[in-house]
Parts: sequence; structure tokens; C-alpha cells
Amino acid sequence: MAPERFLAVEGVNMSFGDSNILTGIDLAVKKGEFVCLIGHSGCGKSTLLNLVAGLLKASAGTILLANKHIDGPGPDRGVVFQNHSLLPWLTCFGNVYLAVERVFREPKPRLKARTHTALELVGLAHAEDKFPHQISGGMKQRVGIARALAMEPKVLLLDEPFGALDALTRATLQDELLRIVARTGSTVVMVTHDVDEAVLLSDRVVMLTNGPAARIGEVLEVALPRPRERLTLAHDARFMELRARVLEFLYEKQAGKAKGAPALKVA
Amino acid sequence: MPPTTPPHPAARREIPHQAPVKRAPAPEWLIAAIACVAGLAAFLVAWSAIARFSGRIPDPMAVGAAAAKIFADPFYSKGPNDQGIGWNVLKSLQRVGIGFGLAALVGIPLGFMIGRFRFLAGMAAPIIALLKPVSPLAWLPIGLLVFKAANPAAIYVIFICSLWPMIVNTAVGVRQIPQDYLNVARVLNLSEWKVFTKILFPAVLPYMITGVRLSIGVAWLVIVAAEMLTGGVGIGFWVWDEWNNLKVEHIIIAIFTIGIVGLLLEQALMLAARRFSYGA
Repeated sequence: MAPERFLAVEGVNMSFGDSNILTGIDLAVKKGEFVCLIGHSGCGKSTLLNLVAGLLKASAGTILLANKHIDGPGPDRGVVFQNHSLLPWLTCFGNVYLAVERVFREPKPRLKARTHTALELVGLAHAEDKFPHQISGGMKQRVGIARALAMEPKVLLLDEPFGALDALTRATLQDELLRIVARTGSTVVMVTHDVDEAVLLSDRVVMLTNGPAARIGEVLEVALPRPRERLTLAHDARFMELRARVLEFLYEKQAGKAKGAPALKVA
Repeated sequence: MPPTTPPHPAARREIPHQAPVKRAPAPEWLIAAIACVAGLAAFLVAWSAIARFSGRIPDPMAVGAAAAKIFADPFYSKGPNDQGIGWNVLKSLQRVGIGFGLAALVGIPLGFMIGRFRFLAGMAAPIIALLKPVSPLAWLPIGLLVFKAANPAAIYVIFICSLWPMIVNTAVGVRQIPQDYLNVARVLNLSEWKVFTKILFPAVLPYMITGVRLSIGVAWLVIVAAEMLTGGVGIGFWVWDEWNNLKVEHIIIAIFTIGIVGLLLEQALMLAARRFSYGA
């Protein structure tokens, strides 16, 4: 396996019934790379992520992770959903433990230690015994990240994880995600519709055209050095330039067919 | 010594503004308690009035005196047809418990299956729709026919009437499980057993408890009527027996006893429901 094709999406098409969502998607993600998928809402970026997660089955094409064909969900891919999806009857600890217990065949104390470490990594060791309704939205999302990371997945899949949070919490979590990924060296694919978020976090921004039958329109290399600092980047000319490139794609090249447009039906 | 001047009229007017007498509103529980007591008092007054004018219905005092006698020795036993009210209530509760327990044993798994499999739901829908509105007492002759004894027939009636709410609510609960939770199960690749114990069961539990609450309410209503028909020991039969003895005080005592026991059952299940409902 070539290391630059750690995760490989090859010629993937996806249709529901006779509506074509994605066509001819080819994407290779390197090990340890952070890739953002960006596009207008409804373009199919979440569908692509769900294909990688194995929650959906591609109509055509293959997806390989570490040379293994993906044909269903599995613990080698840690998924973080937009709406945290924590089980309300389990504590933060219980929610993470559920995942840990499934993946690792180890004695209980080891599993508990892993759970604790994962929650520590997202800065929630103090809230282990709290139930999801007792903590804030940002904290819930962190537990979701801890749950995904605790499984030591080959790739972390984030589906607009910060979409439902307020701007300040979102910024804090982005910074924290940068720090966590720097520490763990995880391979990440993240769906977002936030341009700043995409440029701040990614090594590459993959821009999808508007649906139906969305394709990969452009891929933007973000060669900004790490560690990245939100405040310094805010005045960084390269950051501004990259940000402008994404904005141009979204609001000039893909503006005409934007979300309000009726879906064209191909008979 | 300077002459004392009367306070300026304006100043006098200021006083209430400077020190407004703020009376804290009565706490809500106090108002509720007062309303409750007032309601009961109005009830007793109306009852006394009806008792005075009808001449046949005993007034609260007479019923109170009879109750004091009955509850002084609730657990006496003078043969199968003359037992204390305590035994009668316990016997009825036992029937409800058994019938109801069997209904849970059958209804909850059935509800799970109907909720999980669309085809089964389609199969069950016409049967449930047809049988649910039938008065449970209509089943009593069938029970007598099959079991050839009064006691199992009464239990069977309780079983039938508790069954429907249990099935329907469990099935609804299963269908209401958010897709998010099932996605979690899928991405974590949980085993069927884990999915059941960690996701399905806790997610459905609040609905199940609602089913149980509805069932037990109906069961407690029905047992009184069933026992009137089947006889033996039980609060329903006791009511009928006291009617035959023309002891109207005792009938009224029985009505209150049935009401209080029903209320306690309901409250106990409400408590359970609160314990198992999770903040969103």
C-alpha cells in the first residue's frame, strides 16, 4: 500500500433511487492527513462521509482503508456525529466505555484506564460521572470525540461536529481538535460548511460541486505550518489567500446552482 | 428648643415608596394544599347534604365510625366468605399482580417484535384494533369455560385487559428510538445483546412504564367488576356482599379503599417513570 493512499475512495457513485447524489468521486487521503470536505448544503458531503463510515453502500466504486475493502461500519473508523449522539442513560464514562469495551479484548481495569485517558485527552476527566443532559453542548461533542478516539481508529470521521455550537465554543473546540490531532497523529476526514474551519484545520480542503451528481470540484493544499494559531493566522496573508480561494469556489463558481435551485431530474 | 414642625405632607407620602411592604407571595405548595383541603371539605359538605336529603345514604360520620371498626381488625378470617377488608384488598391485588405480570411477560416481548418488524406490525394491527375496544369483562365467560374456575378466570381477564396497552406502548417506544442511537450501535459494531441492553431496552423503558401505568389502572378498574361476577375473596366481591347485606357504609368504605389503592399504584409507577426518564 502506498502511504499516500491510506484511505482511498475510487470511482464512487451514489444514487438513491433515480436521484444521483455523487458521481466519479476519487479521493486519496494520506496517513496522518487532515482533510476537510466542504460544499453547499445538500451537495452530498455527508453522504460521502457516511459511505466511508460504512453506514451507506456505494452504488458503484470501492473504498479502501489500509488496503481493506469497506463494506459496512466498523470500529476501525471512529465517527463523530453532528448531534453528539450520546446515549442519555449512560454517563460520559459509560458512553466512552461502551466503545472501548467493544474494540479491545482486555481486562476491565485496562478498559477503564483507556476510557479515562480518552476523556482526559478532551479535557473532561472531571465530568466522567455526569450524564449528557448535565453538560453543555460543547462538552457533549467532546465526549463524542473521546468516544471515537478511544477506539484508536485508523481514521477519524467528523460530520459537521461543531455545526450546532455557538461561535465561541466552536472556536475553542477547533483549537482543541488541532491540539488533539497533533498529539495523536490521527488521520481525519471532516465535513464542514465553515470556510475558516476548513482552512484552519486541514492539510487539504476538498471542495464539492453542487448536487445533484456532485463531483470533487477542486482540491486545495493548505501548506500552512503547524502548530497553527488562530490569532496569528487571522492576519496571515497566506491564510487569507487560501480562505479567499475556497470562498471563490463556493460563492462564484458554485453560486448559480446554489441550494435553492430545484434538483434536475435525469430521466 | 425649636418648635417641632409637622412632617411635610410630601415627605409623608414618600414613606410608603421608600419602604414598600413587600409581602412574599404564598408558596405554591401551600396554595395547592389549601385547594386540596377546600376540595375535600366541599366534597364532605355535599355528601352530608345528600345523605340528609336522601335518608338512605349514610353521612360521613356514620361511614367514619364504620371504617374505624373495620380497619381496627382488617385481617380477621372467619371462613371463606367472611374475611377482613385487608385480606380482600390483598387478594384482589394478588390477582391483578399475577394477571398483570403474565401480560408483561407476553406483551413486552411481543411489543418489541411488533415495533422492530414492519410485517409483524401489519399482522398485529387488525387484531389489536379489533380486540382493544372490547370490554375485558366480555372475556370472562371464555375464561370460565377454559379454566372451569373463578379465580383463574378473573386473572385471565386482568391479563387480557393489561395486554393491549403493554404491547402498543412498547411497540411505539421501539419505533420512536432515534436513528442516531441506532447509528451509534452500527458504527461501534455492537453485538445484538449490547444493542438490546444498552440501547433498545433503555430507550424503550419510559414507553414501557407508560404502558404498565395504563395497564395497571385498567386492571384495577376491571378486577372489581370481575370479582363481583366470580365471587370468592376480593374487594369487588366484598362490595357485592355488603350490598346483599345492605351495609351501605361498607360499600362507601370499599369505594374509598379502591380509590386509595388505585392512587397508590399510579403514584408508585409515576415515581418509577420519573426515575427512568432522561433529560433530552
